[in-house]
Amino acid sequence: MSRLPFYLVVALLLVAGIALTLHRHLQFEVPWTPGEQRQVWEIEAQVNFRADGGPAKVNMALPSSQEGFRVLTEHTASPGYGLTYLNENGSRRAEWSIRDASGSQQLYYSVQVLVAPQASPAMAPPPPSPVDVVWERPYDTAAAQVIDRAWSRSADAYTFARGLISDFSDERQGENARLLLTQFDRVPLLVRLLNQAGIQAREVSGLMLEHGRRRQSLTSWIQVFDESGESVLFNPATGEQGRPDNLLLWEAGGQAVLEVQGGSNSQVSFSMLSRNQPAASAVRRQLAEDTGTLLNFSIHSLPLEEQALFQTILLIPIGALVVVLLRVLVGIKTSGTFMPVLIALAFIQTTLVTGLIGFLLVVAVGLVIRNYLSYLNLLLVARVTAVIITVIAIISVFSVLSYRFGLNAGLTITFFPMIILSWTIERMSILWEEEGPKEVLIQGGGSLLTAVLAYLAMNNPWIRHLTFNFLGIQLILMAVILMLGNYTGYRLLELRRFKPVTED
Amino acid sequence: MWSSPGKLRAKGIIGMNRRNIRYIGRYNNRRLYPLVDDKLKTKLLAQAHGITSPALIGTVATQFGVKHIRQMLDGHAGFVIKPAKGSGGKGILVIERVEGGQYVKPSGLHLTLSDVERHVSNILSGLYSLGGSPDVALIEGLINFDTTFAEYTYEGVPDIRVIVFQGYPVMAMMRLSTAASDGKANLHQGAVGVGIDIATGAAIRGVQFDRTRHDHPDTGHELASLKIAGWETLLLLAADCYEMTGLGYLGTDMVLDRDHGPMLLELNARPGLAIQMANGEGLRPRLDLVERQTEARDAAQRVAFAQHHFARHSELETGLALAPEQAGA
Repeated sequence: MSRLPFYLVVALLLVAGIALTLHRHLQFEVPWTPGEQRQVWEIEAQVNFRADGGPAKVNMALPSSQEGFRVLTEHTASPGYGLTYLNENGSRRAEWSIRDASGSQQLYYSVQVLVAPQASPAMAPPPPSPVDVVWERPYDTAAAQVIDRAWSRSADAYTFARGLISDFSDERQGENARLLLTQFDRVPLLVRLLNQAGIQAREVSGLMLEHGRRRQSLTSWIQVFDESGESVLFNPATGEQGRPDNLLLWEAGGQAVLEVQGGSNSQVSFSMLSRNQPAASAVRRQLAEDTGTLLNFSIHSLPLEEQALFQTILLIPIGALVVVLLRVLVGIKTSGTFMPVLIALAFIQTTLVTGLIGFLLVVAVGLVIRNYLSYLNLLLVARVTAVIITVIAIISVFSVLSYRFGLNAGLTITFFPMIILSWTIERMSILWEEEGPKEVLIQGGGSLLTAVLAYLAMNNPWIRHLTFNFLGIQLILMAVILMLGNYTGYRLLELRRFKPVTED
Repeated sequence: MWSSPGKLRAKGIIGMNRRNIRYIGRYNNRRLYPLVDDKLKTKLLAQAHGITSPALIGTVATQFGVKHIRQMLDGHAGFVIKPAKGSGGKGILVIERVEGGQYVKPSGLHLTLSDVERHVSNILSGLYSLGGSPDVALIEGLINFDTTFAEYTYEGVPDIRVIVFQGYPVMAMMRLSTAASDGKANLHQGAVGVGIDIATGAAIRGVQFDRTRHDHPDTGHELASLKIAGWETLLLLAADCYEMTGLGYLGTDMVLDRDHGPMLLELNARPGLAIQMANGEGLRPRLDLVERQTEARDAAQRVAFAQHHFARHSELETGLALAPEQAGA
């Protein structure tokens, strides 16, 4: 009898579980611990323009998830305007439209952006290869000379771009550069020169994020592509290479940030705030919106009420694992195999101390009444039903009494699974008659110990976080339990039980 | 207080997990369990195979039948009521004699007819059966147990448990009821377990509550002189149960009747591990040896094989050597 298929299944479950868990962590940045804080930027863009008194159309670039940032939610406030989100060549835009507008107009767009260091770069595709650039005299010679000078001192696209930009920086401007700057703006000029040298480049607009800043505007950056399609950002003023950590690219497609038809004096200004929030809640919102593929299968897409239910359901395997560990590895006796898990679930609702007191009270009183019922010579099912009603009565009395005495905690006693409690009482009563009170203490104590340990495991915020956010954990648990089911070694308590044999 | 896994392994002790996976799971086909879990089926099967077992007075299968139990019991001085599907000795009621309409347990406790009826009713509603399913009550004649063992037991009938592995009797013990065990022969309830040498049927070692004993706690009689007569017959009976049930790892419980010799009381597909304590030895080396056997043998040959390979010497002190402080203990 080969055990190979068994180990294959276990290995498969383990690999699938770990892969799913890692995928969840890396792809969605679900943190390993519940307390982890994430920085979230709230950015508000305010578009101002003067409408000409007729139909108006405002088209503004919107930020996308990108390297270092992930867009969580976005809202607009624009009374009277129609709004559509457009997606053009990988860059997102919003288009507001109105039939009749006049005077000063304000449109608002706000976005929440999560700082996510592992977020994948989702840049717009590189622009098409530059077409021949045509200059007017005398700028053509100036441009050619500037390009020649930078070309001879560079090795590739990036060093060329750096050299070109430094030639245009204030203190080292040559004659040619000064001439070109009289006719052209610096950034479009640089892009044009790069294109003429056969290098793909475009102007992009970004927002420097600083906490509490208002009335900020976008800054221009030059994105330079090398032959392999990789790109690097350059600061057009200093020639500095690379993206600052706090730069959020707002428009990355080489297009205008804001286009207004039917209006004038348009401008956009930004204000921003940063705050820290628990990573779990940031992630939750993000997962809730991401319901696209099956791989993103997530409980977060369910309504909140069902989510809360699942949070509990997904904990049951943890409680069951505690039972398996205690029974297979330790050898503790419990009354009813998984009864302790249900008691532990009740403890979660009642808190531990209240739960323990309530459980002991109900079982103790139940045992006394059950003892009387045994004299009535009833059929089993009828007797257990009588015990169920008794348990309900006990719980009602305790609830009312504790409420009268002002102990609101006593009310939570109603969370106990009454039918399970009744069977526990029935079994313990029989155990008492047959094996004596000692066995009742052993099994009852074992059940309570298991229930308390299961409660501690299931109520641990870290475990709650893991089981709820990583469904792969369930597969790993399954693999662990399968392995435990294959354990032929001694139980801890057997080391004590069999000790006399080894003493001779 | 604690032993180490290494020491237990050196002794060949089998733990619960190993028993469940390696022996019960592998050698006991679940399809065959009903044969041993239902004592009525076991009894009928034993009768068909010519294996002696206690006389069946009757069965009660319906709550209606409970009212007629009195007629059934009439004329029987002593009897045993047990659930057909009980486990671990649960729900077994032993009535030694009837005195003036009252039923007397071996402990001397008097029960009324309605007590007995309630007990039968409980059995029928499944109180003592595995999984709580409805059950049948079995009423058997009391065993006239061999008085040679009267000194070794307190109330109750001493029974002999033989573990039969693939038809080989591998280990045996006798269970002596005590005051602590309420006349029942269950070790965890306080009965004394006496390891029995497979070769001779003589006592090797005694334990109560997992601690070594040299005498019976109630009668004070030393255990060293305990020797079972007709041992080979008993082993043959046990070995036959393998062919009867087809279960590879089997616990056979037998009693010695004054008139009929060894009798099969019940079978157990999940025999406990306490027998290792009573023998002061682990089952593993013996089970491994049996597993290595490839030759097909009949019951008599298997018994001979076991008697040859599993012979042991007594660890018990004889009556003469019994020190006074131990006798008093």
